[in-house]
Amino acid sequence: MITINYFLALSAILFSIGALGVLIRRNPIVIFMSVELMLNSANLAFVAFARAFSQAGGQIFVFFIMTVAAAEVAIGLALIVIIFRTKHSIDIDQMNTLKG
Amino acid sequence: MTINLFIFLALATVAVGSALAMLFTRNAVLCALYLILNFLTVAIFYLTLNAPFIAISQVTVYAGAIMVLFLFVIMLLGAEQTGRTAARWWFQPAALILGLVLLVETMVIVFAPAMKLPGFPDVAAGFGAPLQVGSILFEEYILLFEATSVLLLTSMIGAIVLTRSAKTAGSAKTAGSARPAESAKVAGSVVPAQPDKESEGTNVSPV
Repeated sequence: MITINYFLALSAILFSIGALGVLIRRNPIVIFMSVELMLNSANLAFVAFARAFSQAGGQIFVFFIMTVAAAEVAIGLALIVIIFRTKHSIDIDQMNTLKG
Repeated sequence: MTINLFIFLALATVAVGSALAMLFTRNAVLCALYLILNFLTVAIFYLTLNAPFIAISQVTVYAGAIMVLFLFVIMLLGAEQTGRTAARWWFQPAALILGLVLLVETMVIVFAPAMKLPGFPDVAAGFGAPLQVGSILFEEYILLFEATSVLLLTSMIGAIVLTRSAKTAGSAKTAGSARPAESAKVAGSVVPAQPDKESEGTNVSPV
């Protein structure tokens, strides 16, 4: 019998992988993808709880998380493009100055 | 019952495997493709959890729109292979230890005997269908829905202004005599101007 614990465990595993990706990867685009993975695991937990409590309100919040993710990706990728134009590199270790 | 468990384990294997592959692949394009596979797998999980509308939104918004934007930026910048080594030698071991600690913590919490979670009850027909989701979204959460529109508008204008300001600054350098006073005035607005269109080719080509 599948219980909600299985889904929460899967969500936790995906979230940990995403957090690990943020920590060990040096490419800011891949770091962004890891953040998307973490948001996605939170969505999975939301939907699992909505199913367990028979409350569809949990599914509504997945919509809002998706919206915030889309807005965040648009702004973040625009920032990455600007950084690449000024420094001609997007290595995260070279972003150690506030000068343009 | 066991067939459900089998399906869950198979899908979970694909999801975790694609996430790990995304973590350890050097090529950023392959990372994006593995992440799309992960999103599609999670969409199938949504289907098994009686959330068909969320599943379709996941496929169209996440696996469609957002990941296409990622792939577009990766290929625009040619940033497939950056970032081979960390700046400090202890970054990666420390990150591995911290990630393991996070995983163990969450597992202990999820499987703690004190945590009494409900099972999956039978839900009414139409649970999670577009009709029910829409009625809840537009009745109980209408204020958040409107705030979402403001958020999207803000991010859209923000992205345009961010990329345009760099472009006009570059065009003032490269094009030079292309009416610098006017292009500086247009930098804050979102209306595209003609002199930037002309200098776009010279500006994007080094990128």
